[in-house]
Amino acid sequence: MGIVSPGFHGRRRESAVQLPPGQYLTEDFPVLSAGPTPRIPEEEWELTVATETGGQYRWTWRELLDLPFETPRVDIHCVTKWSKLGTDWQGVSLDVLLEDVETAADFALVSSYGGYTTNLPLEDLLDGQAWIVYRYDGEELAPEHGGPVRLLVPHLYFWKSAKWLRGIDLLTENEPGFWETAGYHDYGDPWREQRYQGD
Amino acid sequence: MARAAVPGRLTWRVARLAETRRETDTARTLVFDVPGWPGHLAGQHVDVRLTAADGYTAQRSYSLSAPDRVELTVQRIADGEVSPYLTDVLGIGDPVELRGPVGGWFVWRPDAGRDVLLIAGGSGVAPLMAMVRARRLAGSGARFRLVYSTRTPGDVFYADELRRPEPGLDVAHVYTRVAPEGWPRPPGRLTAADLGDGPPDRDCFVCGPTGFVESAADLLLARGHDPRRIRTERFG
Repeated sequence: MGIVSPGFHGRRRESAVQLPPGQYLTEDFPVLSAGPTPRIPEEEWELTVATETGGQYRWTWRELLDLPFETPRVDIHCVTKWSKLGTDWQGVSLDVLLEDVETAADFALVSSYGGYTTNLPLEDLLDGQAWIVYRYDGEELAPEHGGPVRLLVPHLYFWKSAKWLRGIDLLTENEPGFWETAGYHDYGDPWREQRYQGD
Repeated sequence: MARAAVPGRLTWRVARLAETRRETDTARTLVFDVPGWPGHLAGQHVDVRLTAADGYTAQRSYSLSAPDRVELTVQRIADGEVSPYLTDVLGIGDPVELRGPVGGWFVWRPDAGRDVLLIAGGSGVAPLMAMVRARRLAGSGARFRLVYSTRTPGDVFYADELRRPEPGLDVAHVYTRVAPEGWPRPPGRLTAADLGDGPPDRDCFVCGPTGFVESAADLLLARGHDPRRIRTERFG
């Protein structure tokens, strides 16, 4: 147990909801990003997947909308300590998107309009664990939340769910992204409280 | 291939409250003694962990508001779990746990040399004040402009310190609800005119509530600032 702060009692939630360690519940939807919000018209939006052998796959906004979609309801956990439960999204499973992509890569480096990057093991994007989403709570995804399209990987801290998704590079070697290079954890499992390097 | 440097785990340290200052009716600056503190850059933050007698814990992040010591300015949130404790209950000598410093992006380094535009909304001034103080401490010649938006004059943190003239530092207050009598600018939201007429080749740091940061960053982009030199930090 940590050092006790005298007179601190905390405010325990009555619900039986279990949160990852160090997290608190929020009802609103905080916005966190490192710079100005890029505004990308849907008709100019494009997603590129590049493989380790130089293969290139592209989807336009229209092509993305034509893919079969899912409507995941998931809990999300931000490294800045808030968690939000039961969020509703609409988007395309990465299993669908990557179905015909030929790769032997183990890692993905995801990049955004605006220059942000984040890395994940490729297996964390597959098997029903990740989506690229374009609707939130029944509405078009707002620019400050990553619209028109963001990544959604709810089992990792939310900085892995890159906003303003533009590209996915499939790599044979792990390459740390923006926050990972700045001292945040390479993987970011909220349940193991992997916030910073060394956690 | 990128080789990840893996420093040791950021350890929790025991911090004891050494000094407090009242900033406003609802905000208090807390200065901590933290044995073993490794030092930090202006703009970085810490994680604070409180533990109750029965083992229950709560964690929050707070920006450091001074460059040379562990100083946090805490705005009390009426129904908050942690901030009312920090502003109203924690006494001199009482312990909390801290880990940090955290964050290497929203930081100002004295050797950067370029002019700087700081835009603060409400308690978002805290990490920007660390930059103002770091500039002074380093004797930096970089010109700073701080545009500081609050609802009323009574909501201004560090009011006395910001009132003192300081060469190279230009402070502009923007009041959104109530301005002092005779204030030349009517109360209202931040506009392009509030940003000053300096050229857009400056490093910009914007911190505040989300709506404020969104609109300030949009104003900067409209004035031709390079998005890569606009760094933002948001809360709420």
